Amino acid sequence: MKRRVSPTLLIGGALVIIVVATALISVVWTPSDPAHVEVPSRFKPPGTAGYLLGTDQLGRDEFSRIMAGARNTLLVGIVTVVIAMGVGVPLGGVAALRRGVLEDVTMRISDVLLAFPAVLLALMFAAVFNPSTITAMSAIGIALVPVFARVVRGAGLQILQQDYVTVTHTYGASGVWIFIRHLLPNVSPVLIVQATVAFAIAILAEAALSYLGLGTPPPTPSWGRMLSESQTLLDQAPWLAFWPGASIALAVLGFNLLGDGLRELLDPKLIERLPAQG
Amino acid sequence: MESVLRVENLTVSVGRVEVVHHIGFTLGARQRTGLIGESGSGKTLTALAIMGLLNEGLSATGQVIYRGTNLLELTDGEMCGLRGDRLAMIFQEPMTALNPVMKIGDQVAEPLTLHRGLRGKAAHAAALDALARVHLPDPLEKMRQYPHQLSGGQRQRAMIAMATACSPELLIADEPTTALDVTVQAQILDLLVELVEQEGSSLLLITHDLPVVATVCERVLVLYGGHIVEEGDVDEVFSRPRHPYTRALLDAIPPLDEELPDRKLKAIAGSVPGLGEFPPGCPFRNRCPRADDVCVVMPPLADGVACWHPLA
Repeated sequence: MKRRVSPTLLIGGALVIIVVATALISVVWTPSDPAHVEVPSRFKPPGTAGYLLGTDQLGRDEFSRIMAGARNTLLVGIVTVVIAMGVGVPLGGVAALRRGVLEDVTMRISDVLLAFPAVLLALMFAAVFNPSTITAMSAIGIALVPVFARVVRGAGLQILQQDYVTVTHTYGASGVWIFIRHLLPNVSPVLIVQATVAFAIAILAEAALSYLGLGTPPPTPSWGRMLSESQTLLDQAPWLAFWPGASIALAVLGFNLLGDGLRELLDPKLIERLPAQG
Repeated sequence: MESVLRVENLTVSVGRVEVVHHIGFTLGARQRTGLIGESGSGKTLTALAIMGLLNEGLSATGQVIYRGTNLLELTDGEMCGLRGDRLAMIFQEPMTALNPVMKIGDQVAEPLTLHRGLRGKAAHAAALDALARVHLPDPLEKMRQYPHQLSGGQRQRAMIAMATACSPELLIADEPTTALDVTVQAQILDLLVELVEQEGSSLLLITHDLPVVATVCERVLVLYGGHIVEEGDVDEVFSRPRHPYTRALLDAIPPLDEELPDRKLKAIAGSVPGLGEFPPGCPFRNRCPRADDVCVVMPPLADGVACWHPLA
């Protein structure tokens, strides 16, 4: 079978690589210390010598802060998806394997969680615990659990009907064995696609929470909070809103396109079945 | 004769409808038994009931006695320990019976890991051994390949390697050659016979193909409508069938030595009734030329045949 790499996948992949590369580089090098305050040189417009993207209200280098913000964004995405998959995948697997009451209970709880906006859940978490990156990540992670549980259960039910699973029963395989050795490898294409989409959702949700002041606390640079702080300075220094806004948009777009592209590549049948997947 | 498995009064039901009715038979040690019957006669259900693999909605009652224990009373975990180790099963469709994303070698090693605790190199070596035993050409190369890279016959060999990896005492083969080319069929059957003789296993061969039973098996059970209607030595049953159904089945095989143009194929009148639509009493009586009023009561299986009017 000949597989054509779609432009969607290329563009999405390129954007994601840019974000990841920026985050990685920021660990070892940024043009200047993103937390270094230099009041005399505040509100420098983009293009000023030494400040490629300008400076903010405290004279901090915007470019360095965007770079450091990428690191935070990526961390949130990874941890969130790990939490969501770590809980959701086994839950979905158990539901598909055991069926019965257990399946009903997990799936109904999933429905309730799905009906609950992630940001609202995060607000609750922030109210109960302290607002921090960890609270935000756990809340978004938990909100995304049902997505994975449902995907694994749905694909799992289909896979468990296959002859090769019956065959594994004939040589004495247990539920856990079938889950790890036969179910997971067969649902992994769907999981990879779902993970990239969840990544985009997580980035957006973290930005929203930081914007509301419930996400990453200062001094760690976060795109969401940078956007929120720039709000009052919009007519004075519009670039302060533009850079983090554009970064969030491009990162989310990148992961979404990557997800779509991977879906086309890994699961061509899915597209035929679900032409209007939104 | 020493027996491996004794089935007594086994009944399999779909919901409330009985599909297999109180059947009983004994599988002798190192013996090859054929279970023949049309689609819907309950032969696969009987096999699945023995393995404890009936789907949801199906239930089995009665006794399946292996080494003094009734398998139907064992827990799932206890059955898992027996399946693949002492009892093994091969299915009809080799195309879908292997996990498409798993290499052949890893797959054949699975029963060995589960029952013998083999891992890594030991599992690899044992799997290679199992594949060599089923005469898969170039087994080392095949172990690294995925199922789609193998032909149907090769896949069925791999399946047989998995089923016999732990030298089971009883091997159930459910139409193992139906999906294969005729030439490959003969090879697979030869292989099955060779393996069960080598390992001293018993074979229960489920098929609707009478010549297959005649070449492979020593004993035969004829199933119709969920009843065993005739059992006995293959040679005896095939040369002198006593149940009208067995007779009709044998007559339906087109002989090769007759003039073809003016010969019609002999068919059995009527068709197999649907589930739960068999007539009460003898299930064959609405298609049987010898049926009369006594046939409304199911005849007992006596002297190898369940018929009120057996053929001499």
